[in-house]
Amino acid sequence: MIAFEGVSKRFPDGSLAVDDFTLTIPSRSTTVLVGSSGSGKTTLLRMINRMVDPTGGRITIDGDDVAKLDPVKLRRRIGYVMQNSGLLPHRTVIDNVANVPILDGVKKSEAHAHALELLDTVGLDRSLAKRYPAQLSGGQQQRVGVARGLAVDPNILLMDEPFGAVDPLVRDELQQELLRIQRELSKTIVFVTHDIDEAFLLGDQVVILRTGGIVAQAGTPAEILANPADEFVASFVGAERGRRALHIDAEHGDRVLVDGTGRVAGVLTDGPGGMAGTAAGSAPE
Amino acid sequence: MTWVLANFGQIWRLTLDHIALSVPPILLGFLIAVPLGWIAHRYAPFRGAILTLGGLLYTIPGIALFLSLPVILGTRILDPINVVVGMTIYAVALLVRTAADAFDAVSGDVRQSSVAIGYGPVRRFFEVELPLAGPVLLSGLRVVSASTVSLVTIGSLIGVSSLGYFFLNGLNRRFPTEIFTGIVGVIVIAVVFDLLLVLIGRLLLPWAHVARQRERRGRGAAA
Ligand SMILES: Nc1ncnc2c1ncn2[C@@H]1O[C@H](COP(=O)(O)OP(=O)(O)O)[C@@H](O)[C@H]1O
Ligand SMILES: [Mg+2]
Repeated sequence: MIAFEGVSKRFPDGSLAVDDFTLTIPSRSTTVLVGSSGSGKTTLLRMINRMVDPTGGRITIDGDDVAKLDPVKLRRRIGYVMQNSGLLPHRTVIDNVANVPILDGVKKSEAHAHALELLDTVGLDRSLAKRYPAQLSGGQQQRVGVARGLAVDPNILLMDEPFGAVDPLVRDELQQELLRIQRELSKTIVFVTHDIDEAFLLGDQVVILRTGGIVAQAGTPAEILANPADEFVASFVGAERGRRALHIDAEHGDRVLVDGTGRVAGVLTDGPGGMAGTAAGSAPE
Repeated sequence: MTWVLANFGQIWRLTLDHIALSVPPILLGFLIAVPLGWIAHRYAPFRGAILTLGGLLYTIPGIALFLSLPVILGTRILDPINVVVGMTIYAVALLVRTAADAFDAVSGDVRQSSVAIGYGPVRRFFEVELPLAGPVLLSGLRVVSASTVSLVTIGSLIGVSSLGYFFLNGLNRRFPTEIFTGIVGVIVIAVVFDLLLVLIGRLLLPWAHVARQRERRGRGAAA
């Protein structure tokens, strides 16, 4: 369990990025922090692994105040995945994935063997192991980033807009892979995004932030959609404009769903799943 | 040509002297300029001072430097050490700005991510920042290498032997072949050093080559 207790962060330049933030992040589930750019998401995430130290309040992991832990050791036991993969460009794929275990003193041969297994886990072909990051597509780089984040088998995985820079088809695919990985591994994932659809797809708990790291609403996607706390949340999730209210529109045939703005939103199918996933499954990498 | 064959022994000896004078300043210059450049990159308040000093050092005329060093260092006037120290000063002056730029050019994302995955400051310097600064450092080192090999000839003016001797002697004797031999020798050494540096770069920075190839391919495809 990760707990933020009245956490604030004022940067040396005076800007208050996070103001009195309190949140409990349960273990073995995915919590998504969602908010527009500048709302303090990255700052919040980086306070967990002490890349940023709070100027007020405290953060605990399973009851231990992180301020009392050695930052380098702490970071090595927490996976971190960021937007532009953050892979070391001078290391091959396999060396990138094995990087943290080797820093931690694991034998190179052992770390490499495990790294190959992790490539399988994230759905990457082992033949890519000797390539450099620059020789991979954006989507493949993000997969390597996830594999690296998993390499020390951390309890906690921090992900900062990891799929923000890949094209929509690849993003769908990566999101599905993450859901699958999470079903298998049940990590405590803290995931940051500005995309509300991504938040609702991945989050067990979704936390909607205003500027200054103020919690506008926290809850399951269903709770938030059914009962937006205020107009800000309603507008953020698109309920206000009727984007979430679907109805069958006779004009388009009796199976076509249309949202409140008049946009064709989907097709009513017989079973769960239906056509879903087939388009993403054949997406080129 | 007959002069070259007849004097091959001397040409070879002076070539070796020239190399022996050139290599230490290039290496020392690198070893001194890299930490200075890193400090300039890392600590903004020192940046101006370090880069300005580097620029000023380079403007000291060579001959003045060689004549004043014995006084400062307490060495004999003919001691090759004077040339090595003088050349090292020029090498540092040339390289320190490039070194600062090289560290500046390391991607902030990569730096952040190395912090995030648990690199401490020392290993981060040696295993992330230094290698990633490598391509720019190498380009600076190639300039320093060529400049040093050429400037070492000035040492001949104070009697420290190098291929520069052929310039002086050839001038005195009004014998162009000898001057020409000196020039060709200097160029050959400079080219060989440059090839060696490129080779070392290929071995130590294989990823940079890959990245460049990709860039070139990308540009080709876009065109
Ligand atoms: N190192 C920093 N120094 C000063 N201000 C910062 C720094 N990092 C972030 N901020 C400021 O804090 C606020 C929140 O930033 P951030 O956490 O990066 O937001 P997000 O990730 O949601 O886009 C922004 O106003 C940003 O300008
Ligand atoms: Mg951010």
